[in-house]
Amino acid sequence: MLTILFDGVAYGMLLFILACGLSITLGLMNFVNLAHGAFAMAGGYVTVILMNRYGISFYWCLPAAFLVTALVGAILEVTLYRRLYRASHLDQVLFSIGLVFMAIAAADYFMGGQQQLINLPAELRGRLDLFGIGIGRSRLFVILICAVLVVALQLALTRTRFGSQLRAAVDDGRVARGLGINVSTIFVLTFALGSGLAGLGGALGADMLGLDPNFPLKFLIYFMIVVTVGGTSSITGPFIAALLLGIADVAGKYYLPQAGAFIIYAVMILVLILRPNGLFSREGRR
Amino acid sequence: MITRRHLIASAAAIAMLSAAAPSMAADTVKIGLILPMTGPFASTGRQVEAGVRAYMALNGDTAGGKKVEIVLRDDAGTADQTRRIAQELIVNDKVSMLMGFGLTPLAMAVAPVISQAKVPAIITSATTSAIMSKSDYFARTSMAGPQSAVPVATWAAKNGLKRVVTLVTDYGPGHDIEKGFTDEFKKDGGEIVEAVRVPLQNPDFAPFLQRVRDAKPDAVFVFVPAGVGSLFMKQFVDRGLADAGIKLIATGDVTDDDLLGAIGDPALGVITGHFYSAAHDSPENKAFVKQVKDTAKIRPNFMAVGGFDAMHLAYAALAKTNGDTDGTKLITAMKGAEWTSPRGPISIDPATRDIVQDIYIRKVEKKDGELYNIEFDTFKKIHDPFVAK
Repeated sequence: MLTILFDGVAYGMLLFILACGLSITLGLMNFVNLAHGAFAMAGGYVTVILMNRYGISFYWCLPAAFLVTALVGAILEVTLYRRLYRASHLDQVLFSIGLVFMAIAAADYFMGGQQQLINLPAELRGRLDLFGIGIGRSRLFVILICAVLVVALQLALTRTRFGSQLRAAVDDGRVARGLGINVSTIFVLTFALGSGLAGLGGALGADMLGLDPNFPLKFLIYFMIVVTVGGTSSITGPFIAALLLGIADVAGKYYLPQAGAFIIYAVMILVLILRPNGLFSREGRR
Repeated sequence: MITRRHLIASAAAIAMLSAAAPSMAADTVKIGLILPMTGPFASTGRQVEAGVRAYMALNGDTAGGKKVEIVLRDDAGTADQTRRIAQELIVNDKVSMLMGFGLTPLAMAVAPVISQAKVPAIITSATTSAIMSKSDYFARTSMAGPQSAVPVATWAAKNGLKRVVTLVTDYGPGHDIEKGFTDEFKKDGGEIVEAVRVPLQNPDFAPFLQRVRDAKPDAVFVFVPAGVGSLFMKQFVDRGLADAGIKLIATGDVTDDDLLGAIGDPALGVITGHFYSAAHDSPENKAFVKQVKDTAKIRPNFMAVGGFDAMHLAYAALAKTNGDTDGTKLITAMKGAEWTSPRGPISIDPATRDIVQDIYIRKVEKKDGELYNIEFDTFKKIHDPFVAK
């Protein structure tokens, strides 16, 4: 019972790391970026290449995955995404889904279509028994990292100068610019941060979720559910939504294996009927 | 005005006319090989192609007095592509035989085409029982339905495994294998504690494995598609099922020769039933493995041997018809063919055109520093369990 809860929390946390970048771009920058999963995949492949070809330790691969995808995100923001901030949502969707297909084809071409495997360091394999609850070590590791990230992100957005500049830039770019805030730089940094987090999620998840060129499409629907259910007003919304969905998904598959795959969608529909703007919505804007 | 479309249409019409004429006495026989060379099932395509090329390298390129030529096309694993390519190959390239088909739906899609054109098609990979009844021009050299699952059930019952949980992926072959195993295991006096089905698009095995663990069976019988097998194996070990005394038994897809190295040590000791292991001890297999390793730089798996034997069947049929490429004569010539393949002795059942072969029970062990499926028990001449009875 508690093991299921634990697995659910780990899965939810991982979903959150993967999706929170999307909730930043979608919620704060108001840009529909369906290519978000492609960044997560990139992070996963960075890890696979570094670990399997160059034998670098898993722990170093995590920051590397973050940095590389953040850099890729920043480059794409400057060259491509920036032009579409003012475009309609349909244009943004078409553009980013195009990027997804390009990413899939590229991954297939360079890495091949098969599942990629990584071997976690020995101390992350196996499981512990704590008070009679079986706990997978790698999952515990995921939970710890994600918990730290959630706190750090929340503080960064609400308490730091960068956070308030970002919120100002999003709420009214012109006024923010007038006050001397460099809106373009802020957007590049935010986008890079979101992409980097996705990359980190992809690296962390490579062992648990698997990694193949179809990753961006396979998980797109999960990202969208997390962001929709969580609402886009803050980091807490998607966080709670991811936890809820993770636990519901794992528990549903455990207790009702026949219907397991549907539970996550049922939860989404239920939440959206009760709160059409998500669990935590930003009232009275737009 | 003549547009490009008109040109293509008239070219197709001319091609159809000439195809309808009695088959020409050309000196070359073309075989259309349709495989997923890109996309998620690319490893299947790569392996089958390696098997086909290995056969031609070892046995030359003439059969029944004619030169054999392979036309390889990629269907990327999508059924409508497979069908379109099959039509093009038959109408434009005038192939005498088709070969390949990575997945069940891909084989199903060409059934009406080959029935109408009377062109034999040899299935190198797809395994579902239902395919063979769709056209009288199918022959198969991969595996017939749950052929590999039934001996595993017999073996498990004989070796003191009484309570078993089955865990299969929720799609056609998974259902076949689940039923094949369950029927046989119950007949032998075993008990199926629970039957778990995992969705095809499943990111995480955690809840399903926990369910298996909590059911406390003697063993869990597993079938998952080859690529996912490695992910499954890891989570199986991480969750401590092996430590809890639950044995893992499976069909050979889980410990695919191609992936065994990447799965690594967690696979040690896993018991599987399958028709081919790269470690099979015979001169035919040694030559085959060496050829594939030298030219394609991969270790052949059961897909590769499917391609190898498909070529043998094609050569044998051509030899029997003395190079006559009439489709009906060719498929008749294939019926009842019998030979020693790298996997061991096999034959084509004259009634079903499906493969009859030995199934080996193997255990993953380390040999010369690499992991292999080492065969230790043999079940002779297994037919498709759904059709034979």
